[in-house]
Amino acid sequence: MSARTWRGLTYGVPLAFLALFFVYPLVSIMERGLSSGDDLAAAIDVLTEPLTREVVWFTVWQAVVSTALTILIAFPASYVLGRYTFRGRGVALAVVTVPFVLPTVVVAIAFLAVLPERLERGSAAILIAHVFFNVAVVVRVVGTFWAGLDPRVSEAAATLGAGPWRSFREVTLPLLAPALAAAASIVFLFSFTSFGVVLILGGPRYSTLETEIYNQAVRMFDLRAAAVLALVQLVCVALAVWAATRLEAGLAVGGWRGREQDVLRPLRTPRERTFAAISLGALALFLGVPLAVLVERSLAVGGGHGFEAYRALGKPTNALLATPWEAVVNSIVYAGGATAIALVCGGLAAFAVAGSRRGGTRLLDGSLMLPLGASAVMLGFGFVIAFDTEPIDFRSLPWIVPVVQALVAIPFVVRIVAPTLRAIDERQREAAAVLGASPGRVRREIDLPVAGRALGVAAGFAFAISLGEFGATVFLARPDSPTLPVAIFRFLGRPGELNVGQAYALAVILMVAVALSILAIERLRRDRVSWF
Amino acid sequence: MLRIENVSVSFRGKAALDRLALEIAAGEVVSVLGPSGSGKSTLLRVVAGLQPPDSGRVLLDGEDLVSVPAHRRGIGLVFQDHALFHHRDVWGNVGFGLRMRGDSRQEIERRARYCLDLVGLAGYERRSILTLSGGEQQRVALARALAPEPRVLLLDEPLGSLDRRLRDRLLEDLAKIFDELRVTALHVTHDRAEAFALGDRVAVMRAGRIVQVGTPDELWARPADEDTARFLGLNVRDGTAVRPEAITVRPVAPDQGGDGVVRRAVRQGPTVKLEIELNSGETLEAVVAALAHPAPGDRVQIEVDEHGVSELSVEGPRALHGFDR
Repeated sequence: MSARTWRGLTYGVPLAFLALFFVYPLVSIMERGLSSGDDLAAAIDVLTEPLTREVVWFTVWQAVVSTALTILIAFPASYVLGRYTFRGRGVALAVVTVPFVLPTVVVAIAFLAVLPERLERGSAAILIAHVFFNVAVVVRVVGTFWAGLDPRVSEAAATLGAGPWRSFREVTLPLLAPALAAAASIVFLFSFTSFGVVLILGGPRYSTLETEIYNQAVRMFDLRAAAVLALVQLVCVALAVWAATRLEAGLAVGGWRGREQDVLRPLRTPRERTFAAISLGALALFLGVPLAVLVERSLAVGGGHGFEAYRALGKPTNALLATPWEAVVNSIVYAGGATAIALVCGGLAAFAVAGSRRGGTRLLDGSLMLPLGASAVMLGFGFVIAFDTEPIDFRSLPWIVPVVQALVAIPFVVRIVAPTLRAIDERQREAAAVLGASPGRVRREIDLPVAGRALGVAAGFAFAISLGEFGATVFLARPDSPTLPVAIFRFLGRPGELNVGQAYALAVILMVAVALSILAIERLRRDRVSWF
Repeated sequence: MLRIENVSVSFRGKAALDRLALEIAAGEVVSVLGPSGSGKSTLLRVVAGLQPPDSGRVLLDGEDLVSVPAHRRGIGLVFQDHALFHHRDVWGNVGFGLRMRGDSRQEIERRARYCLDLVGLAGYERRSILTLSGGEQQRVALARALAPEPRVLLLDEPLGSLDRRLRDRLLEDLAKIFDELRVTALHVTHDRAEAFALGDRVAVMRAGRIVQVGTPDELWARPADEDTARFLGLNVRDGTAVRPEAITVRPVAPDQGGDGVVRRAVRQGPTVKLEIELNSGETLEAVVAALAHPAPGDRVQIEVDEHGVSELSVEGPRALHGFDR
């Protein structure tokens, strides 16, 4: 394959995929939202409605509070993991990461199980669930950054007469600021666009932009209102991303970045040990208890315990047009397809992104991240609007669900694979060329084997993400072939102990499936390729 | 025969190679000696096909290589810091080039074993690259480059990252291997000793040009200009180059005057390098046998052997733009 053909392929395939399945649906939303003069007036009506204002306000409020709470709660653990080395540090980092990869539906239902009834639905439940999810982001981003900060700087401050608190405020905190800002903007975005958690825990009273788009489109059949809200959401997300980038650029401090083994030191005094034990232990309880209770609830039958709910999964139910087991199978098949698509598109894009640093590449890199910001509900809704008639009618196409799931997974694939490709020493490729390897052969002999493990990790992530994908899938999965998260959601909407029990049981199965694919990843990556 | 004709390369307007010309006969080892930043590595990259020249030609046995991609040139390159494939074991590295040219499995095995034997690493086939010491990695890099029988072997500071003792040993081994295989090789280094030990001829490079080519003896006897003389470690005095070993140093009593005073004495193995401040204020370096040598502070009388003095050309550097004279 000539260099030109290869370049064309690495740019062309991902860009074509994005154009058709991301840009086109987005344009369709815009068209639906504000096409002609009449519509414009109607769009303004939607915007000025008190309900809209309320929804926007609540969306922003809960995102801000979730972010602040997450940072507060994750900070002690970030400190311990970023400054000290001890037995089980790796395990602690891995355990903290687990909630982040759990499907939103599982987390929401776990909190339904664990929270007392009066807190079960409402803003408090939403906030707690968001903290649960995003602790991983803060600990990993801030903790790893902290582990690269020169400890001698604080020591220098101490010799200059700064007490611990003073030294923290005037030296450590400013140095940590870029990582804190990065973590905060990620958490803010995730909370802003959170869907499954708000839909399930918010009940009928609490609605964010994301859930309101779903309500308008699916429950009220008001596609115009949904489109207008989607546009508001898009503008908000774009603003938030822009502000975050500005903030991070402003806070960035260059300088010494150490290797972890030179920075981390053992826990020495009893005080240090107690602090580490308490901060990590409390976090472990907070993260572990809801999941444990979820498993317990799935086994609850009347007063005792048993496998009733699991046994019922093979039988037809009035909540679905398929048996729950079929939903499990659907989920695995869809996620497999999505993984394949995401690996091809994201893998090729990673080659393009890692290959050069020209302007066009940065553009591709940036646009591949967009589906992440645009939120799953926007994607699902966009598909509904864009592909509801010939030539592509989503209702008749089983592959549309894997496509939308792949779209959500692609940014992760690129983010995992591209750094590994970039890290390959250019001289290795040159050495291969001098020894007689053609450019194609160099890719096969050097890039692929080195990127192979990263591709494996990416596949695991893509699979886990696709398995748990809810926001987009709920729009597109046909009633007779639901996925696991969709089935759980449907069961929750039905009264009766057995229905709730089956929802719990399916959530446990989903959790185990995701955990298995993450475990497979952990075995693959002996060296960390990036923070997630 | 490798012939480099008036090759120029510049990066962002700054010339790395400036109409450089050099010829290497079949079976000859030429060492290019120059300070860092003089363009040595760029020269090797141009010959290997990793860096296209802005102008000029590279001819191998009369064939112009400039339009031939790196992987079809049949030129071996030993990289600075090795650039070994960490995802393959020793055998996978050494056999790589053989696999690329489509050798049979047995042939690869035979040849790889032969090359590992040659560099003194017999039995290392299955070792992971990460478990090797710096010296061993260097040997693997050499074996990897030699395995596909390159028409020309290029070596970029091959011993730069190794400690002194290891370097001396590897230097001997390298010279032996070159002799045995009759390789045509172009070797670049900033280290005088390395260049003189390996090169049949040494080419002195400065600012993208070759300023002088000759056997080590020729260079030592007649450096082209002041800078070259200094770079080679000669004294420069009144438009002449004075070899430090041509100076005899005799201690004199403090009240007898003499020609100057010893400021520093640095032992270099069996010899001692003396830094002498002459009465005129000039500094002179002399290398003497170390049996008994003057100490810092001693006043000395010096005598210069005529044979150790050569005139320097007054026009300054005359760049060798070989082929369009």
